[in-house]
Amino acid sequence: MSSFANRDVISVRDFTRRELEELLSNAEEMERVYERGGDDRLSGKILATLFFSPSTRTRLSFESAMHRLGGDVISLGGKEAASTAKGENLADTVRTVEHYCDVIVLRHPKEGAARLAAELTDVPVINAGDGANQHPTQTFLDLYTIMKEKGRIGGLRIGLLGDLKYGRTVHSLAYALALFGARIHLISPEELRMPSHILAELERIGAKVEEHRDLEEILPDLDVLYVTRIQREMFPDPEEFERVKGSYKVTRDLIEEHAQSDLAILHPLPRVDEIEPEVDELPQARYFDQVRNGVIVRMALLDLILGGE
Amino acid sequence: MMALKVKRIEMGTVLDHLPPGTAPKIMRILDIDPTETTLLVAINVESSKMGRKDILKIEGKILSEEEANKVALVAPNATVNIVRDYSVAEKFQVKPPERVEGFLRCPNPNCITNDEREPVNTVFIRESREPLEYRCRYCERTVREDHIRELIRPS
Ligand SMILES: [Zn+2]
Repeated sequence: MSSFANRDVISVRDFTRRELEELLSNAEEMERVYERGGDDRLSGKILATLFFSPSTRTRLSFESAMHRLGGDVISLGGKEAASTAKGENLADTVRTVEHYCDVIVLRHPKEGAARLAAELTDVPVINAGDGANQHPTQTFLDLYTIMKEKGRIGGLRIGLLGDLKYGRTVHSLAYALALFGARIHLISPEELRMPSHILAELERIGAKVEEHRDLEEILPDLDVLYVTRIQREMFPDPEEFERVKGSYKVTRDLIEEHAQSDLAILHPLPRVDEIEPEVDELPQARYFDQVRNGVIVRMALLDLILGGE
Repeated sequence: MMALKVKRIEMGTVLDHLPPGTAPKIMRILDIDPTETTLLVAINVESSKMGRKDILKIEGKILSEEEANKVALVAPNATVNIVRDYSVAEKFQVKPPERVEGFLRCPNPNCITNDEREPVNTVFIRESREPLEYRCRYCERTVREDHIRELIRPS
C-alpha cells in the first residue's frame, strides 16, 4: 500500500525523500496515462475544490487531473466561497463538504488553514496554498520537471532567482532540493535575500547552499535556473515593493552569452516581466512544459491518495 | 544583610533559579490560581549563581516533570525540587518540552490560530534546542527563545 493512501498533503516538510521519490515515479506512469488521454481508475470518486482565495490555474489543473482519471469534481469558489467565508467559519465548511466528496483541495488566505481542515475531517485534504505558507503540489511539480529535464536532482547545480524573501514557492522548493542533495545557488538583490530562519533550516538538514548577488557570474555553472516573480500582494510595505520591482530580469542576450546550452529555465507562472518574452523561443525555456507536468503530478498524487482501495 | 526568611513547606514544589521577574509569568504558564493555592514568591533576590533570581514555592501541589518542563520556555535553567515531609524528595532540571499546546499565541497575525471564529488551539513543536526554537504547527512560523516570553497568553 502506498504511503500516500488516504493521506493529507499539507506541507513539503511532512514528506521524506523516499516518499517524494515514490510520487515522482508514479508521475512517470501517469505520463503514459496522460498520453493515452486518461483512464477511469478513479471512477466513482469525487474531488471537491474549495478556493477561498482565487487561483484559477491551480484549480483547473486539479480538476483536469481528476477528470483525466475518470473522477468527478465539485467546486466551491469565487463569489460562493467569499459569501460562505463571511457567514461560516472554515471548520464548519469543511466538516460539511467532507460528506460530499472523497478528497478536498483547499486554498485559503489564512496560513495553517489546510492543517486545521485536515485535523477536522476524515477525508484527505490537499493544500493548494495557505496564505504565504505552503503550496506543496507546486513543489512536487517543480521536482518532477527537474527530474524529467535532467534525469536526476542530486548533484545538480540549481539557481533560485528573484524574490527569495517573500516567494513561498522557493522556500519549499529549496527544502525539497536539499533533501535530494542538489547544490542550491540563491540569487537575489540584497533586499530580497532568503530569510535567515530558512537558511538556518537548510543548514540544519545539511543543504549545500551559496548566495549570490549577480546572475551573470553564476549562470555559466547552472544546470537549472528557477525564476520567481515579485508578487506585490506579498509585500507588507508597498514602498518596499516599489524599490525592488523590476530589479532582475532574464534576457535573451544573457542566456545566449552566459548559459549552458542545456540549461533548463523554469518559472511557476504567471510571469510579469522577469523573463523577457524573447527567451521563450530559446531551447532553454522549459516553463510551459511545467504547466503540463503540473497536471501529471496531480494525477499521480490523486491516484496514490485515492487509488488502490 | 538580612537573610531572606522563607518558611519551609511540608509538601509541594519549589522552582528555583528563575530569571528575575519571571515568577508571575511562570504562575500563568502553570495555570496556578493564587486565590486557591498557597504560594511563596521571591522576586529579584540575590543569587550566587545568577546574580538575581526568582523563587516560587507552591504548597500542596506536586508538579509532574511534564508540567514543570513548560517552565523551561521562560526559565531554561530552572531547577525543580519536589518536597515531601519537609525535605527534598526529588530534584531535577527542566527540559524544554517537545510540544507546547494552548498557552502561546502565534506571532503571525495571518495564522489560522489567530482567527477567533475557528475552533483551534495553538500547537508549537520544538524545532531545535540550541538555540531554542519552536514551530507553529499551523502556519509553520518559527519563534526563538528570546521571543517566546512575549507570546505567553494571559490566562
Ligand atoms: Zn501560526
